[in-house]
Amino acid sequence: MNLNSNSADCSLVFVFLLARFVGSGLNLSFSQFFIHLLDFLKIIFFNEIAILASFENKMQESSYLLELKNISKSFPGVLANDSIDLKISSGEIHALLGENGAGKSTLVKMIYGILKPDSGEIWFENKATSIKSPAHARELGVAMVFQHFSLFDSLTVVENISLGMNHQSNLKQLAKQITELSNRYGLPLDPDRHVYTLSVGERQRIEIIRCLLQEPKLLIMDEPTSVLTPQEVEKLFVTLKRLANEGLAILYISHKLDEIKSLCHDATILRLGKKVATVSVDTESTGSLAAMMMGEELQAFKHPDAIELGKIRLKVKNLNVKANDPLGISLKGINLNVRAGEVVGIAGVAGNGQDELLTVLNGENLNYQAGTIQIEAQTATKLNPNQRRLLGMASVPEKRLGHGAMPEMDLTDNAFLTAYERMSLIKRFLISYKKTRNFTQNIIKEYSVKTPNEDAPAESLSGGNLQKFIIGRELSQEPTILMVSQPTWGVDTGAAQTIREALRELASKGTAVLVISQDLDELMEISDRIGAICGGVLSRFYPTSEMNIEKVGLLMAGVELDLNLNLNSDQDQDQDKTKLQGNNINAA
Amino acid sequence: MLHNLLLIKRQTPSKTMIYLSPLLAIFLTLIASVILFLIMGVSPFAALHSFFIEPISTAYGLTELAVKATPLVLIGVALSLGFRAGVWNIGAEGQLIMGGIFGGATALFFYENTGFYIVPLILIAGIIGGMCWAGIVAFLKTRFNANEILTSLMLSYVAALLLNYLVHGALRDPDGMNFPESRLFSDSALLPILLEETRLHIGAIIALVTVVFAWILLSRTLLGYQIKVTGDAPAAGEHAGFSHSKIIWITMFISGGIAGLAGAIEVSGPIGQLLPTISPGYGFTAIIVAYVGRLHPVGALLAGLLLALTYLGGETAQINLRLPVAVTGVFQGLLLFFLLASDVLIQYKLKLNKSVEVAP
Repeated sequence: MNLNSNSADCSLVFVFLLARFVGSGLNLSFSQFFIHLLDFLKIIFFNEIAILASFENKMQESSYLLELKNISKSFPGVLANDSIDLKISSGEIHALLGENGAGKSTLVKMIYGILKPDSGEIWFENKATSIKSPAHARELGVAMVFQHFSLFDSLTVVENISLGMNHQSNLKQLAKQITELSNRYGLPLDPDRHVYTLSVGERQRIEIIRCLLQEPKLLIMDEPTSVLTPQEVEKLFVTLKRLANEGLAILYISHKLDEIKSLCHDATILRLGKKVATVSVDTESTGSLAAMMMGEELQAFKHPDAIELGKIRLKVKNLNVKANDPLGISLKGINLNVRAGEVVGIAGVAGNGQDELLTVLNGENLNYQAGTIQIEAQTATKLNPNQRRLLGMASVPEKRLGHGAMPEMDLTDNAFLTAYERMSLIKRFLISYKKTRNFTQNIIKEYSVKTPNEDAPAESLSGGNLQKFIIGRELSQEPTILMVSQPTWGVDTGAAQTIREALRELASKGTAVLVISQDLDELMEISDRIGAICGGVLSRFYPTSEMNIEKVGLLMAGVELDLNLNLNSDQDQDQDKTKLQGNNINAA
Repeated sequence: MLHNLLLIKRQTPSKTMIYLSPLLAIFLTLIASVILFLIMGVSPFAALHSFFIEPISTAYGLTELAVKATPLVLIGVALSLGFRAGVWNIGAEGQLIMGGIFGGATALFFYENTGFYIVPLILIAGIIGGMCWAGIVAFLKTRFNANEILTSLMLSYVAALLLNYLVHGALRDPDGMNFPESRLFSDSALLPILLEETRLHIGAIIALVTVVFAWILLSRTLLGYQIKVTGDAPAAGEHAGFSHSKIIWITMFISGGIAGLAGAIEVSGPIGQLLPTISPGYGFTAIIVAYVGRLHPVGALLAGLLLALTYLGGETAQINLRLPVAVTGVFQGLLLFFLLASDVLIQYKLKLNKSVEVAP
């Protein structure tokens, strides 16, 4: 700290020098100019000017651990945070609630020192603080668990944790500490296991324990449950509540209202970069929270009562695909039928073979050991993506930039990518840009893609808009089979609803739709049959009407589900299973 | 008020800066070279004059410019296609030399013959030579995932040594008193001259035609589209059903073939025989041509002329001002250096930040 404030004083001097230099109308000799230039660079380098703003009124008292006052931050073209206030006390679980793009991540990145606010103050333990870097934040007592983990698959748990430590540590001693912590907080974890053998839930525990080892005062969790099964979520919540009881402040970022209702004390709601309100969670209903989050009441999607099933459009039999990468997922004995008119949902925790499945079905990976794929009753096992597309298959991959679209190329070129054969956009060996442009403009208009024009590069679109564009590109080609991975991931609620409705409508016109998603609510809402993939094995599919979130959770964990069998006979006395049993009894 | 200079990321890459950046780089290169000339004790005006004005102040000078620009433009265009696909073939020098060897060997094989067919055969042999050399790189890349930057560069030295070996041995002039060079090619094996009394040959027209073809290929054909997609997002290409390794093979064959063609044009054009060194680094300079030309065929044409001028200017400055020959290399290096620096402004903009007030 001492060192930091010293350099802050130094830059203060430079700032005055510079101010005078600019004020004196640039009448300087070359050598003077050079000296000032060096100072200039130093300031740009250390970027400590923000300290000046918080230089005054250092000694005000308040009872909060963390207080944000009037924080603003803008990026080119957007005001990501507009004068946001936030207060958290020790022992409190505080929800930061908002849709994707509301400014939640920007705000916590400033608390964790990754970004710097343009204006406003951060007070930590009653001191105005400029958080310079994540290391500085950790030093202060702020820890963060990111949505995406930074772990080395081929190292063990303890090795991974020691890599993230600020100080060198003895591995044996560290392993002991890890075991202690994991026992105390109900986070079972073997320090000597290799990370690639662990489930996503276990990997998250590594990140949490890594944070707890620093004995933080504030723990930030960025959408921690998006990668967990419902059963894992419950265990996590028990842990978080215990931590809060011991005096840890937790800032919990989510857009899942049920979770916030069951876990958090207070919630701060953001919408479009502005703070809507800070409310006590107990006094609000899920509906009222949703209304504040979205600015309007959410209209629930209506699932059709009866659907007309047609012939089998996509048939996959006994597909075995060995992973190229030693840490990749191999697909084993995949069997799947998708009929005209139905939406089939595949649930699963990320990284259980979803990508592999989609690339094999799409024809990007023709490297399989056994099995057949039939499209419209024609054998398509050996066909490449283009040939499959001509038979009526379309697919939307999970990763939009870089897989579904080329980031630096414009929308016209991006529309051409998968459409050129079906829409016959090539005339006499030359690309017809006139036709492609018309096609692109239609997509933009029909799917209300927000973009200045069709010449904008794909990377300039927001995630939701790009997804609308990609889905529009595929739907405009009127496919008879559509496969979508994570259709609404990162898309704001309004657009997500549009996309889901479009998928249902497509099915009602006789297209076979396959949806792979991690969002269980979404799958329960739109699919007619539902199954799950776990470790490259696809479960059986069950009618959605007979399923609930817990049962799908079991499928996601790779548990065989037999709805007619008595579960008492099962040897496994897992807590989750008894819960399912309870549900069955309730249903009966 | 404090003025604080910041680099701010642009929301979208600036289209203007893409074209302005080479001009800015040329401008900065000129300033740097003026400083360089001052340090060397040469009048900057005289130096720049003999570098950039004198070589092209006569009609003959202009034809010489075209002669030097021909291989640069050809290879610059070829490399642009590969670079667009993210295939970093920096061994065009080696492919050029192989083209020279194949073309030269063909010329020597038909030494006793005359006929209109000999020149086309030489050019085709040159293309095949370059393609073979580039094919090795493509094979290593697609089969073993070997980095093409390393393999293509290393193969350049192999090709140079092979040429050296041949002109010392198998292809040496039997009546040449053991000098390491081949016979002078017969007249039927020399490229037709376009203008009497000059060295301007038909290769210049071949280069122009290549520019037009590459332009159409890149902007209007499916293959050109696949090249661009592969360069921007290979996974998106696979998603659409474009094979990544097919694009590697095709772009390597095109760039190797054209570099080989340039080599054959050099030996059967301005040189007229096989020598231990047949290129003053055209294959490497063409990398700068491709970049200054913004990886666009027409840009490569303009950049090729500019870089050709640095070769000519280096020679004039050597004669007039006794500057070392290395000045050309320094000049080309400075240009690439400043270009890469200026390219930052495509993604970022400079901003004078006035928002922070100084405490009174």
